[in-house]
Amino acid sequence: MSAHVLSNTGVMLGRSIRHVTRSMDTIITVTIMPIAFMLLFRFVFGGAIQAGTDNYTNYLMPGILLIAISSGISYTGFRLFNDMQSGIFERFHSMPIARSAVLWGHVLTSVVSNAISVVVIILVGLLMGFRTSAGVLDWLAVAGILILFTLSLTWLAMIAGLAASSTDGATAFSYPLIFLPFISSAFVPTATMPAAVRAFAENQPVTSIVNALRALFDQQPVGTGIWVALGWCAGILVVAYAFAMRVYRRKVA
Amino acid sequence: MDTPPPAIHVSGLRKSYGRLEVLKGVDFTVAAGSIFALLGSNGAGKTTVVRILSTLLKPDAGTAGVAGFDAVAQPERVRESISLTGQFAAVDQILTGRENLVMVARLRQVSDPGRVADDLLARFGLTEAGARRVATYSGGMRRRLDIAMSLIGDPKVIFLDEPTTGLDPEARIEVWKEIQGLADSGTTVLLTTQYLEEAEKLADRIAILHQGTIIVSGTLAELRGLLPAAKAELVERQPTLEEIFLAVVGNKEQS
Repeated sequence: MSAHVLSNTGVMLGRSIRHVTRSMDTIITVTIMPIAFMLLFRFVFGGAIQAGTDNYTNYLMPGILLIAISSGISYTGFRLFNDMQSGIFERFHSMPIARSAVLWGHVLTSVVSNAISVVVIILVGLLMGFRTSAGVLDWLAVAGILILFTLSLTWLAMIAGLAASSTDGATAFSYPLIFLPFISSAFVPTATMPAAVRAFAENQPVTSIVNALRALFDQQPVGTGIWVALGWCAGILVVAYAFAMRVYRRKVA
Repeated sequence: MDTPPPAIHVSGLRKSYGRLEVLKGVDFTVAAGSIFALLGSNGAGKTTVVRILSTLLKPDAGTAGVAGFDAVAQPERVRESISLTGQFAAVDQILTGRENLVMVARLRQVSDPGRVADDLLARFGLTEAGARRVATYSGGMRRRLDIAMSLIGDPKVIFLDEPTTGLDPEARIEVWKEIQGLADSGTTVLLTTQYLEEAEKLADRIAILHQGTIIVSGTLAELRGLLPAAKAELVERQPTLEEIFLAVVGNKEQS
Protein backbone atom coordinates (compact mmCIF):
# COMPACT_ATOMS: atom_id res chain seq x y z
CA MET A 1 0.00 0.00 0.00
CA SER A 2 2.66 2.52 0.99
CA ALA A 3 4.81 1.44 -1.99
CA HIS A 4 1.72 2.22 -4.08
CA VAL A 5 1.46 5.69 -2.50
CA LEU A 6 5.18 6.37 -3.06
CA SER A 7 5.04 5.21 -6.68
CA ASN A 8 1.94 7.31 -7.41
CA THR A 9 3.45 10.34 -5.68
CA GLY A 10 6.64 9.87 -7.69
CA VAL A 11 4.70 9.92 -10.96
CA MET A 12 2.79 13.02 -9.88
CA LEU A 13 6.01 14.74 -8.84
CA GLY A 14 7.59 13.92 -12.21
CA ARG A 15 4.60 15.36 -14.03
CA SER A 16 4.52 18.55 -12.03
CA ILE A 17 8.30 19.07 -12.25
CA ARG A 18 7.97 18.89 -16.04
CA HIS A 19 5.39 21.66 -15.80
CA VAL A 20 7.95 23.77 -13.95
CA THR A 21 10.87 23.06 -16.27
CA ARG A 22 8.73 23.64 -19.36
CA SER A 23 7.58 27.06 -18.27
CA MET A 24 10.90 28.85 -17.90
CA ASP A 25 9.05 32.11 -17.38
CA THR A 26 7.87 30.92 -13.96
CA ILE A 27 11.42 30.00 -12.91
CA ILE A 28 12.73 33.32 -14.13
CA THR A 29 10.01 35.34 -12.38
CA VAL A 30 10.58 33.46 -9.16
CA THR A 31 14.36 34.03 -9.09
CA ILE A 32 14.70 37.37 -10.93
CA MET A 33 12.41 39.32 -8.64
CA PRO A 34 14.29 38.44 -5.41
CA ILE A 35 17.62 39.01 -7.16
CA ALA A 36 16.38 42.44 -8.26
CA PHE A 37 15.44 43.20 -4.65
CA MET A 38 18.86 42.02 -3.56
CA LEU A 39 20.57 44.36 -6.06
CA LEU A 40 18.26 47.23 -5.08
CA PHE A 41 18.91 46.89 -1.37
CA ARG A 42 22.61 46.18 -1.73
CA PHE A 43 23.52 48.90 -4.22
CA VAL A 44 20.76 51.54 -3.87
CA PHE A 45 19.38 51.57 -0.32
CA GLY A 46 22.18 49.62 1.35
CA GLY A 47 24.62 52.49 1.64
CA ALA A 48 22.14 54.52 3.65
CA ILE A 49 20.94 51.74 5.93
CA GLN A 50 22.61 51.51 9.32
CA ALA A 51 22.29 47.79 9.98
CA GLY A 52 25.30 47.64 12.27
CA THR A 53 27.13 45.28 9.95
CA ASP A 54 30.03 45.66 7.56
CA ASN A 55 28.55 43.18 5.06
CA TYR A 56 25.02 44.23 4.18
CA THR A 57 24.66 41.42 1.61
CA ASN A 58 24.98 38.95 4.48
CA TYR A 59 22.38 40.95 6.40
CA LEU A 60 19.72 40.89 3.70
CA MET A 61 20.27 37.34 2.37
CA PRO A 62 17.78 35.57 4.71
CA GLY A 63 15.00 38.04 3.88
CA ILE A 64 15.64 37.71 0.15
CA LEU A 65 15.37 33.93 0.40
CA LEU A 66 12.03 34.21 2.22
CA ILE A 67 10.73 36.62 -0.45
CA ALA A 68 11.78 34.13 -3.14
CA ILE A 69 9.88 31.30 -1.45
CA SER A 70 6.82 33.48 -0.80
CA SER A 71 6.54 34.35 -4.48
CA GLY A 72 7.49 30.83 -5.62
CA ILE A 73 4.60 29.15 -3.84
CA SER A 74 2.03 31.24 -5.71
CA TYR A 75 2.82 29.11 -8.78
CA THR A 76 1.92 26.02 -6.77
CA GLY A 77 -1.53 27.47 -6.16
CA PHE A 78 -1.71 28.35 -9.84
CA ARG A 79 -0.78 24.83 -11.01
CA LEU A 80 -3.22 23.18 -8.62
CA PHE A 81 -5.98 25.56 -9.73
CA ASN A 82 -5.29 24.70 -13.38
CA ASP A 83 -5.55 20.99 -12.60
CA MET A 84 -8.90 21.52 -10.91
CA GLN A 85 -10.18 23.55 -13.86
CA SER A 86 -8.89 21.36 -16.68
CA GLY A 87 -10.55 18.15 -15.55
CA ILE A 88 -7.31 16.22 -15.11
CA PHE A 89 -7.89 16.36 -11.36
CA GLU A 90 -11.11 14.41 -11.91
CA ARG A 91 -9.38 11.93 -14.18
CA PHE A 92 -6.83 11.23 -11.44
CA HIS A 93 -9.54 10.95 -8.81
CA SER A 94 -11.47 8.41 -10.87
CA MET A 95 -8.35 6.23 -11.17
CA PRO A 96 -7.28 3.46 -8.78
CA ILE A 97 -4.48 5.52 -7.26
CA ALA A 98 -3.72 6.99 -3.84
CA ARG A 99 -5.67 10.24 -3.91
CA SER A 100 -3.19 11.89 -1.56
CA ALA A 101 -0.58 11.55 -4.32
CA VAL A 102 -2.43 14.15 -6.39
CA LEU A 103 -1.86 16.86 -3.76
CA TRP A 104 1.56 15.68 -2.55
CA GLY A 105 2.89 15.75 -6.11
CA HIS A 106 2.24 19.50 -6.10
CA VAL A 107 3.64 19.98 -2.60
CA LEU A 108 6.91 18.16 -3.35
CA THR A 109 7.26 20.03 -6.64
CA SER A 110 6.96 23.25 -4.69
CA VAL A 111 9.75 22.15 -2.34
CA VAL A 112 12.03 21.13 -5.24
CA SER A 113 11.43 24.23 -7.38
CA ASN A 114 11.84 26.60 -4.42
CA ALA A 115 15.03 24.80 -3.41
CA ILE A 116 16.38 25.41 -6.92
CA SER A 117 15.60 29.12 -6.80
CA VAL A 118 17.10 29.39 -3.30
CA VAL A 119 20.34 27.83 -4.57
CA VAL A 120 20.45 30.17 -7.57
CA ILE A 121 19.88 33.20 -5.34
CA ILE A 122 22.62 32.13 -2.92
CA LEU A 123 25.03 31.72 -5.86
CA VAL A 124 24.19 35.19 -7.14
CA GLY A 125 24.59 36.41 -3.56
CA LEU A 126 28.11 34.98 -3.45
CA LEU A 127 28.95 37.04 -6.54
CA MET A 128 27.62 40.11 -4.75
CA GLY A 129 29.73 39.56 -1.68
CA PHE A 130 27.68 37.18 0.44
CA ARG A 131 30.07 35.34 2.75
CA THR A 132 29.28 32.77 5.39
CA SER A 133 31.29 30.77 7.87
CA ALA A 134 28.48 28.26 8.26
CA GLY A 135 29.53 24.63 8.65
CA VAL A 136 27.72 21.55 7.42
CA LEU A 137 25.41 21.41 10.43
CA ASP A 138 24.54 25.10 10.08
CA TRP A 139 23.73 24.59 6.41
CA LEU A 140 21.56 21.59 7.29
CA ALA A 141 19.73 23.71 9.85
CA VAL A 142 19.27 26.48 7.26
CA ALA A 143 17.97 23.95 4.74
CA GLY A 144 15.64 22.46 7.36
CA ILE A 145 14.15 25.84 8.27
CA LEU A 146 13.73 26.86 4.62
CA ILE A 147 12.06 23.53 3.73
CA LEU A 148 9.71 23.81 6.70
CA PHE A 149 8.92 27.41 5.71
CA THR A 150 8.30 26.28 2.10
CA LEU A 151 6.02 23.46 3.25
CA SER A 152 3.94 25.71 5.48
CA LEU A 153 3.48 28.36 2.78
CA THR A 154 2.85 25.66 0.16
CA TRP A 155 -0.08 24.33 2.13
CA LEU A 156 -1.43 27.90 2.30
CA ALA A 157 -1.07 27.95 -1.49
CA MET A 158 -2.93 24.65 -1.69
CA ILE A 159 -5.92 26.23 0.10
CA ALA A 160 -5.92 29.04 -2.45
CA GLY A 161 -5.52 26.63 -5.37
CA LEU A 162 -8.37 24.42 -4.16
CA ALA A 163 -10.78 27.16 -3.15
CA ALA A 164 -10.15 29.81 -5.81
CA SER A 165 -12.67 30.52 -8.52
CA SER A 166 -10.21 32.40 -10.75
CA THR A 167 -6.52 32.36 -11.58
CA ASP A 168 -6.11 35.69 -9.78
CA GLY A 169 -7.63 34.24 -6.64
CA ALA A 170 -5.28 31.29 -6.78
CA THR A 171 -2.19 33.51 -6.80
CA ALA A 172 -3.10 36.85 -5.19
CA PHE A 173 -2.80 35.52 -1.64
CA SER A 174 0.97 35.49 -1.99
CA TYR A 175 1.29 39.28 -2.32
CA PRO A 176 0.92 40.00 1.40
CA LEU A 177 3.37 37.16 2.09
CA ILE A 178 5.95 38.78 -0.19
CA PHE A 179 5.38 42.07 1.62
CA LEU A 180 5.81 40.63 5.11
CA PRO A 181 9.65 40.59 5.09
CA PHE A 182 9.64 44.37 4.54
CA ILE A 183 8.01 44.89 7.95
CA SER A 184 10.50 42.70 9.74
CA SER A 185 14.15 42.60 10.64
CA ALA A 186 14.97 41.38 7.11
CA PHE A 187 16.33 44.67 5.74
CA VAL A 188 16.64 47.08 8.65
CA PRO A 189 17.00 46.61 12.42
CA THR A 190 13.57 46.77 14.06
CA ALA A 191 14.95 49.18 16.72
CA THR A 192 14.49 52.19 14.42
CA MET A 193 10.79 51.55 13.80
CA PRO A 194 7.97 53.43 15.61
CA ALA A 195 6.66 51.48 18.62
CA ALA A 196 3.52 50.00 16.98
CA VAL A 197 5.30 48.95 13.80
CA ARG A 198 8.17 47.61 15.83
CA ALA A 199 5.82 45.53 17.98
CA PHE A 200 4.31 44.01 14.84
CA ALA A 201 7.70 43.46 13.20
CA GLU A 202 9.21 41.75 16.20
CA ASN A 203 6.27 39.43 16.72
CA GLN A 204 5.56 38.27 13.20
CA PRO A 205 7.04 35.01 11.90
CA VAL A 206 9.47 36.49 9.36
CA THR A 207 11.60 38.28 11.97
CA SER A 208 12.25 35.17 14.03
CA ILE A 209 13.02 33.12 10.91
CA VAL A 210 15.31 35.80 9.48
CA ASN A 211 17.15 36.15 12.80
CA ALA A 212 17.63 32.39 13.09
CA LEU A 213 18.96 32.12 9.52
CA ARG A 214 21.26 35.11 10.02
CA ALA A 215 22.69 33.58 13.20
CA LEU A 216 23.28 30.24 11.45
CA PHE A 217 25.03 31.91 8.49
CA ASP A 218 27.25 33.89 10.90
CA GLN A 219 27.85 30.96 13.27
CA GLN A 220 26.35 32.97 16.11
CA PRO A 221 24.33 31.27 18.86
CA VAL A 222 20.73 30.96 17.66
CA GLY A 223 19.35 31.10 21.20
CA THR A 224 15.68 30.44 21.85
CA GLY A 225 14.76 32.47 18.76
CA ILE A 226 15.15 29.43 16.53
CA TRP A 227 12.39 27.64 18.46
CA VAL A 228 10.10 30.61 17.91
CA ALA A 229 10.93 30.42 14.20
CA LEU A 230 10.31 26.67 14.03
CA GLY A 231 7.14 27.09 16.09
CA TRP A 232 5.76 29.63 13.62
CA CYS A 233 6.55 27.39 10.63
CA ALA A 234 5.14 24.26 12.24
CA GLY A 235 2.05 26.11 13.46
CA ILE A 236 1.28 27.60 10.05
CA LEU A 237 1.90 24.20 8.47
CA VAL A 238 -0.52 22.36 10.75
CA VAL A 239 -3.29 24.96 10.47
CA ALA A 240 -2.87 25.38 6.70
CA TYR A 241 -2.82 21.61 6.16
CA ALA A 242 -5.98 21.14 8.21
CA PHE A 243 -7.78 23.90 6.30
CA ALA A 244 -6.56 22.62 2.94
CA MET A 245 -7.85 19.13 3.73
CA ARG A 246 -11.20 20.58 4.75
CA VAL A 247 -11.50 22.46 1.48
CA TYR A 248 -10.32 19.35 -0.38
CA ARG A 249 -12.97 17.15 1.23
CA ARG A 250 -15.64 19.70 0.44
CA LYS A 251 -14.57 19.76 -3.21
CA VAL A 252 -14.06 16.01 -3.62
CA ALA A 253 -16.65 13.42 -2.64
CA MET B 1 -25.39 -20.26 -18.93
CA ASP B 2 -26.90 -17.62 -16.65
CA THR B 3 -27.01 -14.07 -17.88
CA PRO B 4 -23.94 -12.23 -16.53
CA PRO B 5 -24.55 -9.62 -13.83
CA PRO B 6 -25.08 -6.10 -15.21
CA ALA B 7 -21.95 -3.97 -15.61
CA ILE B 8 -23.79 -0.91 -14.33
CA HIS B 9 -26.83 -0.84 -12.12
CA VAL B 10 -28.39 2.42 -11.04
CA SER B 11 -31.48 2.60 -8.89
CA GLY B 12 -33.41 5.48 -7.35
CA LEU B 13 -30.50 7.88 -7.81
CA ARG B 14 -31.10 11.35 -6.42
CA LYS B 15 -28.85 14.37 -6.27
CA SER B 16 -29.46 18.03 -5.50
CA TYR B 17 -27.12 20.99 -5.60
CA GLY B 18 -28.59 23.19 -2.92
CA ARG B 19 -32.21 23.68 -3.93
CA LEU B 20 -31.64 22.56 -7.47
CA GLU B 21 -32.79 18.97 -7.83
CA VAL B 22 -30.70 17.53 -10.66
CA LEU B 23 -31.54 13.84 -10.38
CA LYS B 24 -35.00 12.87 -9.16
CA GLY B 25 -34.77 9.09 -9.01
CA VAL B 26 -32.84 7.66 -11.95
CA ASP B 27 -32.94 3.93 -12.70
CA PHE B 28 -31.17 2.00 -15.44
CA THR B 29 -29.14 -1.12 -16.03
CA VAL B 30 -26.36 -1.67 -18.55
CA ALA B 31 -25.53 -5.20 -19.71
CA ALA B 32 -21.86 -6.17 -19.72
CA GLY B 33 -20.16 -5.63 -23.08
CA SER B 34 -22.84 -3.34 -24.46
CA ILE B 35 -22.96 0.33 -25.40
CA PHE B 36 -25.51 2.33 -23.47
CA ALA B 37 -26.29 5.88 -24.46
CA LEU B 38 -27.61 8.39 -21.95
CA LEU B 39 -29.25 11.01 -24.06
CA GLY B 40 -30.31 14.42 -22.87
CA SER B 41 -30.07 18.14 -23.43
CA ASN B 42 -27.60 20.36 -21.61
CA GLY B 43 -28.26 20.39 -17.90
CA ALA B 44 -30.35 17.22 -17.96
CA GLY B 45 -28.07 15.60 -15.36
CA LYS B 46 -26.04 13.27 -17.59
CA THR B 47 -22.70 14.41 -16.22
CA THR B 48 -24.00 14.15 -12.65
CA VAL B 49 -24.87 10.47 -13.25
CA VAL B 50 -21.40 9.84 -14.67
CA ARG B 51 -19.70 11.66 -11.81
CA ILE B 52 -21.57 9.54 -9.27
CA LEU B 53 -20.73 6.31 -11.10
CA SER B 54 -17.07 7.26 -11.32
CA THR B 55 -16.93 7.98 -7.53
CA LEU B 56 -16.37 11.72 -7.95
CA LEU B 57 -19.66 12.64 -6.35
CA LYS B 58 -21.84 11.05 -3.68
CA PRO B 59 -25.55 10.65 -4.37
CA ASP B 60 -28.13 11.97 -1.90
CA ALA B 61 -30.12 8.76 -2.22
CA GLY B 62 -30.27 5.59 -4.28
CA THR B 63 -27.56 3.17 -5.31
CA ALA B 64 -25.01 3.14 -8.08
CA GLY B 65 -23.21 -0.12 -8.77
CA VAL B 66 -20.38 -0.71 -11.23
CA ALA B 67 -18.98 -4.17 -12.02
CA GLY B 68 -20.74 -5.50 -8.93
CA PHE B 69 -19.28 -2.89 -6.55
CA ASP B 70 -21.11 -0.07 -4.84
CA ALA B 71 -19.82 3.38 -5.85
CA VAL B 72 -20.33 4.76 -2.34
CA ALA B 73 -19.31 1.80 -0.18
CA GLN B 74 -16.48 0.40 -2.32
CA PRO B 75 -15.12 3.36 -4.31
CA GLU B 76 -11.60 1.86 -4.64
CA ARG B 77 -12.96 -1.32 -6.21
CA VAL B 78 -15.12 0.73 -8.58
CA ARG B 79 -12.10 2.83 -9.62
CA GLU B 80 -10.19 -0.35 -10.42
CA SER B 81 -12.96 -1.32 -12.82
CA ILE B 82 -13.54 1.94 -14.68
CA SER B 83 -12.09 4.69 -16.78
CA LEU B 84 -13.52 8.14 -17.21
CA THR B 85 -13.20 10.31 -20.26
CA GLY B 86 -14.56 13.66 -19.31
CA GLN B 87 -16.57 16.16 -21.25
CA PHE B 88 -13.58 18.45 -21.49
CA ALA B 89 -10.70 16.27 -22.59
CA ALA B 90 -8.71 15.85 -19.39
CA VAL B 91 -5.29 15.48 -20.89
CA ASP B 92 -2.14 17.23 -19.72
CA GLN B 93 -1.46 19.98 -22.24
CA ILE B 94 2.11 20.62 -21.15
CA LEU B 95 3.19 17.00 -21.51
CA THR B 96 3.57 15.26 -24.86
CA GLY B 97 1.00 12.71 -26.01
CA ARG B 98 3.37 9.89 -25.19
CA GLU B 99 4.16 11.30 -21.75
CA ASN B 100 0.45 11.47 -20.98
CA LEU B 101 0.05 7.79 -21.81
CA VAL B 102 3.18 6.76 -19.89
CA MET B 103 1.98 8.76 -16.89
CA VAL B 104 -1.37 6.97 -16.78
CA ALA B 105 0.30 3.59 -17.35
CA ARG B 106 2.67 4.20 -14.46
CA LEU B 107 -0.15 5.39 -12.21
CA ARG B 108 -2.10 2.23 -13.01
CA GLN B 109 1.11 0.26 -12.43
CA VAL B 110 0.92 -1.47 -15.78
CA SER B 111 4.10 -3.31 -16.73
CA ASP B 112 6.23 -1.80 -19.50
CA PRO B 113 4.55 1.63 -19.64
CA GLY B 114 6.66 2.73 -22.62
CA ARG B 115 5.47 -0.09 -24.83
CA VAL B 116 1.84 0.35 -23.75
CA ALA B 117 2.15 4.01 -24.73
CA ASP B 118 3.72 3.28 -28.12
CA ASP B 119 1.09 0.63 -28.93
CA LEU B 120 -1.73 3.04 -28.12
CA LEU B 121 -0.15 5.87 -30.11
CA ALA B 122 0.02 3.56 -33.12
CA ARG B 123 -3.53 2.31 -32.63
CA PHE B 124 -4.94 5.85 -32.45
CA GLY B 125 -2.84 7.23 -35.32
CA LEU B 126 -0.83 9.47 -33.02
CA THR B 127 2.64 7.96 -33.46
CA GLU B 128 4.00 10.99 -35.28
CA ALA B 129 2.39 13.42 -32.86
CA GLY B 130 3.50 11.40 -29.83
CA ALA B 131 6.57 13.50 -29.12
CA ARG B 132 4.71 16.80 -29.44
CA ARG B 133 3.10 18.68 -26.60
CA VAL B 134 -0.64 18.14 -26.41
CA ALA B 135 -1.20 21.90 -26.50
CA THR B 136 -0.39 21.71 -30.23
CA TYR B 137 -2.98 18.97 -30.93
CA SER B 138 -6.28 19.49 -32.73
CA GLY B 139 -9.53 18.80 -30.89
CA GLY B 140 -9.89 15.42 -32.57
CA MET B 141 -6.35 14.33 -31.73
CA ARG B 142 -6.82 15.42 -28.14
CA ARG B 143 -10.00 13.40 -27.83
CA ARG B 144 -8.37 10.33 -29.35
CA LEU B 145 -5.51 10.67 -26.87
CA ASP B 146 -8.06 11.08 -24.10
CA ILE B 147 -9.80 7.85 -25.08
CA ALA B 148 -6.43 6.08 -25.47
CA MET B 149 -5.55 7.11 -21.91
CA SER B 150 -8.83 5.58 -20.73
CA LEU B 151 -7.97 2.20 -22.22
CA ILE B 152 -4.78 1.69 -20.21
CA GLY B 153 -5.16 -1.10 -17.69
CA ASP B 154 -8.08 -2.66 -19.61
CA PRO B 155 -10.95 -1.30 -17.49
CA LYS B 156 -14.16 -3.31 -17.67
CA VAL B 157 -16.35 -0.23 -17.90
CA ILE B 158 -15.64 3.03 -19.70
CA PHE B 159 -17.58 6.25 -19.19
CA LEU B 160 -17.49 8.61 -22.12
CA ASP B 161 -19.04 11.91 -21.16
CA GLU B 162 -19.98 13.67 -24.40
CA PRO B 163 -17.00 12.26 -26.28
CA THR B 164 -17.71 14.08 -29.53
CA THR B 165 -18.94 17.47 -28.33
CA GLY B 166 -17.03 20.16 -30.18
CA LEU B 167 -15.53 17.81 -32.75
CA ASP B 168 -15.85 18.21 -36.50
CA PRO B 169 -17.70 15.46 -38.40
CA GLU B 170 -14.54 13.65 -39.50
CA ALA B 171 -13.09 13.52 -35.99
CA ARG B 172 -16.48 12.39 -34.73
CA ILE B 173 -16.49 9.42 -37.08
CA GLU B 174 -13.00 8.44 -35.91
CA VAL B 175 -14.14 8.52 -32.29
CA TRP B 176 -17.23 6.47 -33.17
CA LYS B 177 -15.06 3.80 -34.74
CA GLU B 178 -13.01 3.54 -31.57
CA ILE B 179 -16.09 3.32 -29.36
CA GLN B 180 -17.50 0.56 -31.54
CA GLY B 181 -14.15 -1.22 -31.33
CA LEU B 182 -14.25 -1.05 -27.53
CA ALA B 183 -17.63 -2.72 -27.34
CA ASP B 184 -16.54 -5.35 -29.86
CA SER B 185 -13.67 -6.29 -27.56
CA GLY B 186 -16.04 -6.76 -24.62
CA THR B 187 -15.77 -3.44 -22.80
CA THR B 188 -18.95 -1.93 -21.43
CA VAL B 189 -19.43 1.65 -22.59
CA LEU B 190 -21.67 4.23 -20.98
CA LEU B 191 -21.90 7.13 -23.37
CA THR B 192 -23.57 10.43 -22.70
CA THR B 193 -24.48 12.56 -25.64
CA GLN B 194 -26.80 15.28 -26.80
CA TYR B 195 -26.60 14.04 -30.39
CA LEU B 196 -29.45 11.77 -31.34
CA GLU B 197 -27.50 10.47 -34.28
CA GLU B 198 -24.59 9.41 -32.11
CA ALA B 199 -26.82 7.30 -29.90
CA GLU B 200 -28.50 5.90 -32.99
CA LYS B 201 -25.21 4.85 -34.61
CA LEU B 202 -23.55 3.34 -31.56
CA ALA B 203 -25.84 2.34 -28.77
CA ASP B 204 -27.37 -1.05 -28.06
CA ARG B 205 -29.74 0.66 -25.66
CA ILE B 206 -30.69 4.29 -25.27
CA ALA B 207 -32.15 6.11 -22.28
CA ILE B 208 -33.41 9.66 -22.43
CA LEU B 209 -32.73 11.67 -19.30
CA HIS B 210 -34.99 14.66 -19.01
CA GLN B 211 -35.48 16.95 -16.02
CA GLY B 212 -33.87 14.49 -13.64
CA THR B 213 -35.61 11.26 -14.62
CA ILE B 214 -35.32 8.68 -17.36
CA ILE B 215 -38.41 9.28 -19.45
CA VAL B 216 -37.85 6.53 -22.02
CA SER B 217 -35.41 3.73 -22.39
CA GLY B 218 -34.95 0.82 -24.76
CA THR B 219 -33.38 -0.27 -28.01
CA LEU B 220 -33.44 2.05 -31.00
CA ALA B 221 -36.24 0.00 -32.54
CA GLU B 222 -38.30 0.31 -29.36
CA LEU B 223 -37.75 4.06 -29.24
CA ARG B 224 -38.59 4.43 -32.94
CA GLY B 225 -41.95 2.93 -32.17
CA LEU B 226 -42.64 5.83 -29.82
CA LEU B 227 -41.89 8.56 -32.32
CA PRO B 228 -44.39 9.87 -34.83
CA ALA B 229 -43.28 9.27 -38.41
CA ALA B 230 -43.04 12.98 -39.29
CA LYS B 231 -40.46 13.50 -36.56
CA ALA B 232 -38.41 10.55 -37.67
CA GLU B 233 -38.05 12.15 -41.09
CA LEU B 234 -36.78 15.37 -39.56
CA VAL B 235 -34.08 13.45 -37.74
CA GLU B 236 -33.01 11.75 -40.93
CA ARG B 237 -32.35 15.05 -42.70
CA GLN B 238 -29.49 15.94 -40.30
CA PRO B 239 -27.08 13.19 -41.43
CA THR B 240 -27.80 14.07 -45.05
CA LEU B 241 -26.24 17.48 -44.58
CA GLU B 242 -23.33 15.82 -42.84
CA GLU B 243 -22.90 13.44 -45.73
CA ILE B 244 -22.79 16.38 -48.11
CA PHE B 245 -20.21 18.07 -45.95
CA LEU B 246 -18.08 14.95 -45.80
CA ALA B 247 -18.38 14.38 -49.53
CA VAL B 248 -17.41 17.97 -50.30
CA VAL B 249 -14.35 17.90 -48.05
CA GLY B 250 -13.42 14.54 -49.56
CA ASN B 251 -13.47 12.44 -46.43
CA LYS B 252 -11.86 9.09 -46.96
CA GLU B 253 -14.38 7.14 -44.84
CA GLN B 254 -17.14 8.15 -47.22
CA SER B 255 -15.38 7.44 -50.50
